[in-house]
Amino acid sequence: MIPTREAWMEALRERHGTELQEKFTRATVAVCGLGGLGSNIAIALARAGIGRLILIDFDKVDITNLHRQQYKAAQIGRYKAEALVDNLREIAPYTVTDPHVVKVDETNAKELLQEADIICEAFDNAECKAMLTDLVLETMPDKYLIAASGMAGIGSGNEIRTRRITKRFYLCGDGVSDVQDAGSLVASRVMLCAAHQAHTVLRIINGQYDV
Amino acid sequence: MVKINGELLDIAGKTITEYLEETQYNGKRIAIERNGEIVPKSQYDTTVLINDDVLEVVSFVGGG
Repeated sequence: MIPTREAWMEALRERHGTELQEKFTRATVAVCGLGGLGSNIAIALARAGIGRLILIDFDKVDITNLHRQQYKAAQIGRYKAEALVDNLREIAPYTVTDPHVVKVDETNAKELLQEADIICEAFDNAECKAMLTDLVLETMPDKYLIAASGMAGIGSGNEIRTRRITKRFYLCGDGVSDVQDAGSLVASRVMLCAAHQAHTVLRIINGQYDV
Repeated sequence: MVKINGELLDIAGKTITEYLEETQYNGKRIAIERNGEIVPKSQYDTTVLINDDVLEVVSFVGGG
Protein backbone atom coordinates (compact mmCIF):
# COMPACT_ATOMS: atom_id res chain seq x y z
CA MET A 1 0.00 0.00 0.00
CA ILE A 2 1.27 3.48 -0.84
CA PRO A 3 1.78 5.69 2.23
CA THR A 4 -0.33 8.83 2.60
CA ARG A 5 1.08 12.15 1.46
CA GLU A 6 1.32 13.28 5.07
CA ALA A 7 3.32 10.19 6.09
CA TRP A 8 5.56 10.64 3.04
CA MET A 9 6.29 14.29 3.75
CA GLU A 10 6.90 13.52 7.42
CA ALA A 11 9.50 10.91 6.44
CA LEU A 12 11.23 13.39 4.11
CA ARG A 13 11.26 16.07 6.81
CA GLU A 14 12.74 13.56 9.25
CA ARG A 15 15.59 12.76 6.84
CA HIS A 16 16.29 16.22 5.40
CA GLY A 17 15.09 18.57 8.10
CA THR A 18 11.99 20.73 7.70
CA GLU A 19 13.75 23.78 6.26
CA LEU A 20 15.67 21.90 3.57
CA GLN A 21 12.69 19.75 2.66
CA GLU A 22 10.47 22.79 2.19
CA LYS A 23 12.99 24.17 -0.31
CA PHE A 24 13.08 20.84 -2.16
CA THR A 25 9.29 20.61 -2.23
CA ARG A 26 8.92 24.11 -3.67
CA ALA A 27 11.44 23.51 -6.48
CA THR A 28 10.78 22.73 -10.13
CA VAL A 29 13.65 21.12 -12.05
CA ALA A 30 13.77 20.27 -15.76
CA VAL A 31 15.75 17.29 -17.05
CA CYS A 32 16.54 17.47 -20.78
CA GLY A 33 17.34 13.98 -22.06
CA LEU A 34 16.29 10.90 -20.10
CA GLY A 35 19.10 8.47 -20.89
CA GLY A 36 21.88 7.36 -18.58
CA LEU A 37 22.28 10.80 -17.06
CA GLY A 38 18.71 12.04 -17.09
CA SER A 39 16.97 8.92 -15.77
CA ASN A 40 19.41 8.76 -12.86
CA ILE A 41 19.19 12.51 -12.16
CA ALA A 42 15.38 12.32 -12.11
CA ILE A 43 15.36 9.40 -9.67
CA ALA A 44 17.81 11.12 -7.31
CA LEU A 45 15.75 14.32 -7.37
CA ALA A 46 12.44 12.51 -6.92
CA ARG A 47 13.83 10.61 -3.95
CA ALA A 48 14.96 13.92 -2.45
CA GLY A 49 11.38 15.11 -2.66
CA ILE A 50 11.73 17.75 -5.37
CA GLY A 51 8.22 19.07 -5.90
CA ARG A 52 8.01 18.99 -9.66
CA LEU A 53 10.09 17.45 -12.44
CA ILE A 54 9.80 18.47 -16.10
CA LEU A 55 11.03 15.41 -18.03
CA ILE A 56 11.90 15.75 -21.71
CA ASP A 57 12.99 13.11 -24.23
CA PHE A 58 11.77 12.29 -27.75
CA ASP A 59 13.16 8.75 -27.77
CA LYS A 60 11.97 5.28 -26.85
CA VAL A 61 13.58 2.73 -24.53
CA ASP A 62 15.91 0.45 -26.49
CA ILE A 63 17.47 -2.83 -25.42
CA THR A 64 20.91 -1.17 -25.66
CA ASN A 65 19.89 1.42 -23.05
CA LEU A 66 19.26 -1.00 -20.22
CA HIS A 67 22.91 -1.42 -19.18
CA ARG A 68 22.94 2.10 -17.72
CA GLN A 69 19.52 3.73 -17.89
CA GLN A 70 16.83 3.42 -15.24
CA TYR A 71 14.28 1.46 -17.27
CA LYS A 72 13.12 -2.14 -17.15
CA ALA A 73 13.17 -4.91 -19.76
CA ALA A 74 9.39 -4.80 -20.04
CA GLN A 75 9.58 -1.08 -20.96
CA ILE A 76 11.51 -1.60 -24.20
CA GLY A 77 9.73 0.25 -26.99
CA ARG A 78 7.97 2.73 -24.71
CA TYR A 79 8.68 6.46 -24.75
CA LYS A 80 11.31 7.18 -22.10
CA ALA A 81 9.44 10.18 -20.71
CA GLU A 82 6.35 8.05 -20.09
CA ALA A 83 8.21 4.98 -18.82
CA LEU A 84 10.22 7.13 -16.40
CA VAL A 85 7.04 8.73 -15.04
CA ASP A 86 5.72 5.25 -14.26
CA ASN A 87 8.96 4.32 -12.51
CA LEU A 88 9.04 7.57 -10.56
CA ARG A 89 5.46 7.10 -9.46
CA GLU A 90 6.51 3.82 -7.83
CA ILE A 91 9.59 5.42 -6.23
CA ALA A 92 8.23 8.80 -5.15
CA PRO A 93 4.46 8.95 -5.64
CA TYR A 94 4.03 12.57 -4.56
CA THR A 95 6.56 14.17 -6.90
CA VAL A 96 4.63 15.90 -9.68
CA THR A 97 5.95 14.87 -13.09
CA ASP A 98 5.48 16.71 -16.33
CA PRO A 99 6.61 14.47 -19.24
CA HIS A 100 7.22 15.76 -22.76
CA VAL A 101 7.89 13.47 -25.73
CA VAL A 102 9.64 16.04 -27.87
CA LYS A 103 13.07 17.11 -29.09
CA VAL A 104 14.19 20.35 -27.44
CA ASP A 105 15.17 23.06 -29.91
CA GLU A 106 15.11 26.83 -30.38
CA THR A 107 11.41 26.82 -31.20
CA ASN A 108 10.09 25.06 -28.09
CA ALA A 109 12.74 25.46 -25.39
CA LYS A 110 11.34 28.56 -23.77
CA GLU A 111 7.86 27.14 -23.41
CA LEU A 112 9.10 23.76 -22.14
CA LEU A 113 11.54 25.19 -19.63
CA GLN A 114 9.92 28.43 -18.49
CA GLU A 115 8.66 27.05 -15.16
CA ALA A 116 11.94 25.39 -14.20
CA ASP A 117 14.19 26.98 -11.59
CA ILE A 118 17.09 24.76 -12.62
CA ILE A 119 17.72 22.91 -15.89
CA CYS A 120 19.82 19.75 -16.26
CA GLU A 121 21.39 19.10 -19.66
CA ALA A 122 21.48 15.31 -19.96
CA PHE A 123 21.75 14.67 -23.70
CA ASP A 124 24.25 12.22 -25.15
CA ASN A 125 25.11 14.11 -28.34
CA ALA A 126 27.87 16.74 -28.00
CA GLU A 127 26.29 19.18 -30.45
CA CYS A 128 22.93 18.97 -28.66
CA LYS A 129 24.71 19.66 -25.37
CA ALA A 130 26.35 22.78 -26.80
CA MET A 131 23.09 23.89 -28.42
CA LEU A 132 21.10 23.68 -25.17
CA THR A 133 23.86 25.40 -23.21
CA ASP A 134 23.92 28.28 -25.67
CA LEU A 135 20.13 28.50 -25.79
CA VAL A 136 19.55 28.47 -22.03
CA LEU A 137 22.37 30.82 -21.11
CA GLU A 138 21.54 33.29 -23.89
CA THR A 139 17.75 33.34 -23.74
CA MET A 140 16.95 32.32 -20.13
CA PRO A 141 19.41 34.30 -18.02
CA ASP A 142 17.49 33.71 -14.78
CA LYS A 143 17.89 29.90 -14.93
CA TYR A 144 20.67 27.72 -13.60
CA LEU A 145 22.06 25.17 -16.07
CA ILE A 146 23.82 22.00 -14.94
CA ALA A 147 25.42 20.33 -17.96
CA ALA A 148 27.58 17.24 -18.37
CA SER A 149 30.55 16.41 -20.54
CA GLY A 150 32.84 13.40 -20.29
CA MET A 151 31.69 10.27 -18.47
CA ALA A 152 32.38 7.54 -21.03
CA GLY A 153 34.80 4.66 -20.63
CA ILE A 154 36.14 2.88 -17.59
CA GLY A 155 38.45 5.63 -16.30
CA SER A 156 38.71 6.46 -12.62
CA GLY A 157 35.54 7.61 -10.94
CA ASN A 158 37.57 10.28 -9.19
CA GLU A 159 38.00 12.14 -12.49
CA ILE A 160 34.30 13.01 -12.52
CA ARG A 161 33.84 16.41 -10.91
CA THR A 162 31.71 19.53 -10.89
CA ARG A 163 33.02 22.87 -12.08
CA ARG A 164 31.33 26.25 -11.92
CA ILE A 165 31.95 27.93 -15.28
CA THR A 166 29.84 31.07 -14.73
CA LYS A 167 27.46 32.25 -12.04
CA ARG A 168 24.62 30.14 -13.45
CA PHE A 169 26.44 27.47 -15.47
CA TYR A 170 27.87 24.33 -13.88
CA LEU A 171 29.59 21.51 -15.77
CA CYS A 172 29.96 17.95 -14.47
CA GLY A 173 32.11 15.14 -15.86
CA ASP A 174 35.77 14.55 -16.62
CA GLY A 175 35.58 16.97 -19.57
CA VAL A 176 37.35 14.70 -22.05
CA SER A 177 36.03 11.11 -22.22
CA ASP A 178 34.07 10.95 -25.47
CA VAL A 179 31.96 7.84 -26.01
CA GLN A 180 33.27 7.60 -29.57
CA ASP A 181 36.87 7.34 -28.36
CA ALA A 182 36.19 5.37 -25.20
CA GLY A 183 33.91 2.91 -26.94
CA SER A 184 31.87 2.29 -23.83
CA LEU A 185 29.57 3.86 -21.27
CA VAL A 186 29.16 2.00 -18.01
CA ALA A 187 26.34 2.53 -15.52
CA SER A 188 28.58 3.30 -12.56
CA ARG A 189 30.55 6.10 -14.25
CA VAL A 190 27.45 7.62 -15.86
CA MET A 191 25.69 7.46 -12.49
CA LEU A 192 28.62 9.27 -10.87
CA CYS A 193 28.17 12.13 -13.32
CA ALA A 194 24.38 12.09 -12.90
CA ALA A 195 24.87 12.16 -9.14
CA HIS A 196 27.13 15.21 -9.47
CA GLN A 197 24.42 16.94 -11.49
CA ALA A 198 21.60 16.01 -9.10
CA HIS A 199 23.69 16.99 -6.10
CA THR A 200 24.52 20.36 -7.65
CA VAL A 201 20.79 20.92 -8.14
CA LEU A 202 20.09 20.22 -4.46
CA ARG A 203 22.92 22.50 -3.34
CA ILE A 204 21.72 25.37 -5.53
CA ILE A 205 18.18 24.95 -4.16
CA ASN A 206 19.68 25.27 -0.69
CA GLY A 207 21.57 28.43 -1.68
CA GLN A 208 25.00 26.75 -1.76
CA TYR A 209 26.44 27.97 -5.02
CA ASP A 210 30.09 27.06 -4.63
CA VAL A 211 31.46 23.69 -5.70
CA MET B 1 47.50 39.33 -24.00
CA VAL B 2 44.37 37.21 -23.85
CA LYS B 3 44.16 34.21 -21.54
CA ILE B 4 42.34 31.22 -23.01
CA ASN B 5 42.07 27.99 -21.00
CA GLY B 6 45.00 29.19 -18.92
CA GLU B 7 47.26 29.96 -21.86
CA LEU B 8 48.36 33.53 -22.65
CA LEU B 9 47.89 34.35 -26.34
CA ASP B 10 48.82 37.43 -28.35
CA ILE B 11 45.47 37.69 -30.10
CA ALA B 12 43.93 40.96 -28.85
CA GLY B 13 42.04 42.59 -31.72
CA LYS B 14 40.82 39.33 -33.21
CA THR B 15 37.22 38.23 -33.03
CA ILE B 16 36.27 34.96 -31.39
CA THR B 17 35.47 33.53 -34.82
CA GLU B 18 38.93 34.51 -36.08
CA TYR B 19 40.54 32.88 -33.05
CA LEU B 20 38.50 29.68 -33.47
CA GLU B 21 39.49 29.39 -37.12
CA GLU B 22 43.10 28.95 -36.00
CA THR B 23 42.23 26.12 -33.60
CA GLN B 24 40.96 22.56 -33.81
CA TYR B 25 37.71 23.35 -31.97
CA ASN B 26 34.47 22.19 -33.55
CA GLY B 27 32.31 25.31 -33.31
CA LYS B 28 29.16 23.23 -32.89
CA ARG B 29 30.47 21.46 -29.77
CA ILE B 30 31.69 24.33 -27.64
CA ALA B 31 30.53 27.04 -25.29
CA ILE B 32 32.72 30.06 -24.55
CA GLU B 33 32.92 31.87 -21.25
CA ARG B 34 34.49 35.32 -21.32
CA ASN B 35 35.18 37.20 -18.11
CA GLY B 36 32.52 35.25 -16.25
CA GLU B 37 29.77 35.41 -18.87
CA ILE B 38 28.79 33.05 -21.68
CA VAL B 39 29.26 34.52 -25.15
CA PRO B 40 26.26 33.50 -27.29
CA LYS B 41 27.25 31.78 -30.53
CA SER B 42 25.49 34.53 -32.45
CA GLN B 43 28.10 36.97 -31.09
CA TYR B 44 31.29 35.07 -31.98
CA ASP B 45 31.65 37.06 -35.21
CA THR B 46 31.34 40.43 -33.50
CA THR B 47 33.10 39.86 -30.18
CA VAL B 48 36.57 41.40 -30.39
CA LEU B 49 39.08 40.10 -27.86
CA ILE B 50 40.90 42.73 -25.84
CA ASN B 51 43.95 42.67 -23.58
CA ASP B 52 43.34 41.07 -20.16
CA ASP B 53 40.30 39.11 -21.38
CA VAL B 54 40.07 35.72 -19.71
CA LEU B 55 38.22 33.04 -21.66
CA GLU B 56 37.42 29.42 -21.27
CA VAL B 57 36.44 27.30 -24.24
CA VAL B 58 34.27 24.47 -22.94
CA SER B 59 34.32 21.48 -25.30
CA PHE B 60 31.44 19.07 -25.07
CA VAL B 61 32.10 15.40 -25.74
CA GLY B 62 29.51 12.71 -26.46
CA GLY B 63 27.93 10.35 -23.96
CA GLY B 64 25.09 10.58 -21.51
